[in-house]
Amino acid sequence: MSTATVDLREAPIESSVNYLNARYGIKSWLLTLDHKRIGLLYLGTITFMFFVGGTAAVLMRLHLIEPQGALFEPETYNKMFSTHGIIMVFFFLVPSIPATLGNFLIPLMIGARDVAFPKLNLMSWYIFVTGCCFAMYGVISGGVDTGWTFYPPYSSAYSQTHVIAFALGIFIAGFSSILTGLNFVVTIHKMRCPGMTWFRLPLFIWSMYATSLIFVLGTPVIAITLALLAAERLLHVGIFDPAVGGDPLLFQHLFWFYSHPAVYIMILPGMGVISELITAFSRKKIFGYTFVAFSSLAIAVISFIVWGHHMFVTGQSIYAGLVFSVLSFVVAIPSAIKVFNWMATLYRGSISYEAPMLYALGFIGLFTIGGLTGLFLASLATDVHLNGTYFVVAHFHYIMVGGAVMAYLGGIHFWWPKITGRLYPDYWARIAAAIVFIGFNLTFFPQFMLGYLGMPRRYAMYPSEFQVLNVMSSAGASILGIGYLIPLVYLIWSMRYGPVASANPWKAKGLEWTTASPPPTENFAEIPVVNEDAYNYPVAEPRHYPDAPGVARV
Amino acid sequence: MMGILQSGVGVLGDVAAMIPLQPPAASSIAAGIDKLYFVLTGITLFFAVLIFSIIFYFMVKYRRRSDDEVPAETHTSMFLELTWTIIPSLICVVLFVWASELYVRNSRPPASSNEIFVIGKQWMWHLQHPEGPREINELHIPVGVPVKLTMTSQDVIHDFYIPAFRVKKDVLPGRYTQLWFQPTEVGTYHLFCAQYCGTNHSEMIGWIYVMPPSDYAAWLAGGEQTESLAQQGERLFSQFGCGSCHAAEGSGKGPSLAGIYGKPEKLQDGQSRIVDENLIRDAIMNPNSVQLPNYQPIMPTYQGQIDPDQMSQLIAYVKSLGSEERNGK
Repeated sequence: MSTATVDLREAPIESSVNYLNARYGIKSWLLTLDHKRIGLLYLGTITFMFFVGGTAAVLMRLHLIEPQGALFEPETYNKMFSTHGIIMVFFFLVPSIPATLGNFLIPLMIGARDVAFPKLNLMSWYIFVTGCCFAMYGVISGGVDTGWTFYPPYSSAYSQTHVIAFALGIFIAGFSSILTGLNFVVTIHKMRCPGMTWFRLPLFIWSMYATSLIFVLGTPVIAITLALLAAERLLHVGIFDPAVGGDPLLFQHLFWFYSHPAVYIMILPGMGVISELITAFSRKKIFGYTFVAFSSLAIAVISFIVWGHHMFVTGQSIYAGLVFSVLSFVVAIPSAIKVFNWMATLYRGSISYEAPMLYALGFIGLFTIGGLTGLFLASLATDVHLNGTYFVVAHFHYIMVGGAVMAYLGGIHFWWPKITGRLYPDYWARIAAAIVFIGFNLTFFPQFMLGYLGMPRRYAMYPSEFQVLNVMSSAGASILGIGYLIPLVYLIWSMRYGPVASANPWKAKGLEWTTASPPPTENFAEIPVVNEDAYNYPVAEPRHYPDAPGVARV
Repeated sequence: MMGILQSGVGVLGDVAAMIPLQPPAASSIAAGIDKLYFVLTGITLFFAVLIFSIIFYFMVKYRRRSDDEVPAETHTSMFLELTWTIIPSLICVVLFVWASELYVRNSRPPASSNEIFVIGKQWMWHLQHPEGPREINELHIPVGVPVKLTMTSQDVIHDFYIPAFRVKKDVLPGRYTQLWFQPTEVGTYHLFCAQYCGTNHSEMIGWIYVMPPSDYAAWLAGGEQTESLAQQGERLFSQFGCGSCHAAEGSGKGPSLAGIYGKPEKLQDGQSRIVDENLIRDAIMNPNSVQLPNYQPIMPTYQGQIDPDQMSQLIAYVKSLGSEERNGK
């Protein structure tokens, strides 16, 4: 009677075979060529890096509750903010949405079975992990104190810390970006299913395409810049340090030539996610599809010619300042167009407020403030006062955390049922979204005020009149930290205990929702054929106005 | 209960009163920059409130009432797209013109500025008055007199920032940058280093003392009497034997330095450069880079022999030659 004693707890919960249960074992993950599994490998890696960088941030804010510094020696504090910046920018924000959601979704959204080069895709992850290992070696062996910007001659001739380990880590991780960008560009060009024309693509694909262009064109510049820095530091070749015949501003030109477009590497994918969320939760076609799509490309192109606005107070010529100022104003316009189109999409929609939508609305609010405060820094006269102060810190955190991280979390929540086949508790997810929003504003709004008052960034101690605002900011940071831990808990919980998700729990449009949750390894049983525009949600029959011109009278 | 509430409100009020909202505005350009800052804040608030209220209104008005609800169709409107492209563009044009005009105006120092040399080094500010006195992390200046700073760094990049004056400029190794301001209010103001420069960056701070003219005169007279910066430079000039080639009457192997400051000079490679602090520095440290066409390239480099402190003295001396020449004519 052995057949009667089957233990039901051992029985598979999903009846069908999907990419998660098709093969088991550590080898099936580490040697996978499946874009979905590779996306999850990235998800695990960058989540780890996020909490490393986040821990550094929380410790920094704790230190700053007292004017003389509550916890560390200045040297340790300097290592904290440098580690925070490097880890968060290069090992979390740059790969965040493209490497996880991009990898997972691009083939699903365009109706393909995988990316164009699956082996290259796996190699990109290994390269990225190698870069992470060098950075983590730097953290463990004593850290770096140059700030994430590595300005020489401090970084090349004066700093006694592990500059090379971090520079090498970033250099290596950069190749992961380049190869991922290349893979995405080819995939989007060549792998679209029948009927998936360019103007039927989901806007997430347009923004990933724009991001990939920056990956491919911009990343080599930071690699070269850091290689030159290493040459100067190790071999004493005079490139940037005037003591050996170099030019310190050359580094800043090269660094920002990559790092300003990199800001858009971080925010463009977020904008793509928001376009998906806003349409899904208002069940509306996006307002102004072509304007939203082309604004992504416009941002990608213009982002390459605004780097000089980081250098208004370096003594660069007035004329260079004027040119970079006007271009910086120009790059603001496509972002404004996106915000207004998202707003118009809500008009006459059928709007519901599950957790992903709360993140999306939070994104629009915080990104709007982040974008508008950018005008203060594009304006030459006010930038002179605000440059290098906490105003800049607040501005870019409104874009990078209020924008990019909110969009990342919104996207993770939105596609979580597709990725894992499980639902998370929406109640807790909404609470977490609210806590993140409140904690974020309490952390960073006071920093705008600190910046206008003149408090410089990267100060381990500060005059006592800045204390109240610093304490407010630190209180906000602890709330924000809790807000980020809650999703970690319930998302992990949901993987085992969450209710099983249907193929399309949000009743959203898009090819990824037409296949099972989680999808089978080959994504689709049959390659789909597309015969409609993106976001083709059902609409009410137009009302008939008998007197309107052009309508036949009966 | 009411008592707790009242004391709670009271505490909040006390905390709110402790939050400073504005830095002191103590220079001739501060009011203009603050005006632009407030207009920018107004624009930010206007658009943030506009967008938030429209979204909030839509959120309530168009909330999903049943799961099978089907929304009405809307069509992309070219009129709306152009409206929200053109209006922000026009606002940006106005802001750009306003901010740039202010910036260009603020970047020209008045002709009659009091010139002070600044040397930044890890982690202190070293300031030299033309009359001779030196200060560390402090600068005493009379109210109302424009001050022009000629700044360089001995090691890494620093940044000279006085929030109360709304001025800031990087201080770079190997070259001179300039910054000017005209203090309008007597008082004591923060001086910060605003470019991260290493371990004790946050202690590279100091004070600017803006004094009434009479107090300033007393301060200047009260210190140890020293030679002026130009006199110190003259002593260095003869100590290094510069005069044997750069004779005043132009009979030496090198050009005469009398009256050259501030004038354009045509170099051997064809380009023309104004003789300023950077050119004088280049000529001493790296003479071949500014070789003149009618002279032999025989001047040795003084790299490693002249520190930034002495460099300011030599520059002050060369400048003083210029003014004598012009006064003579």
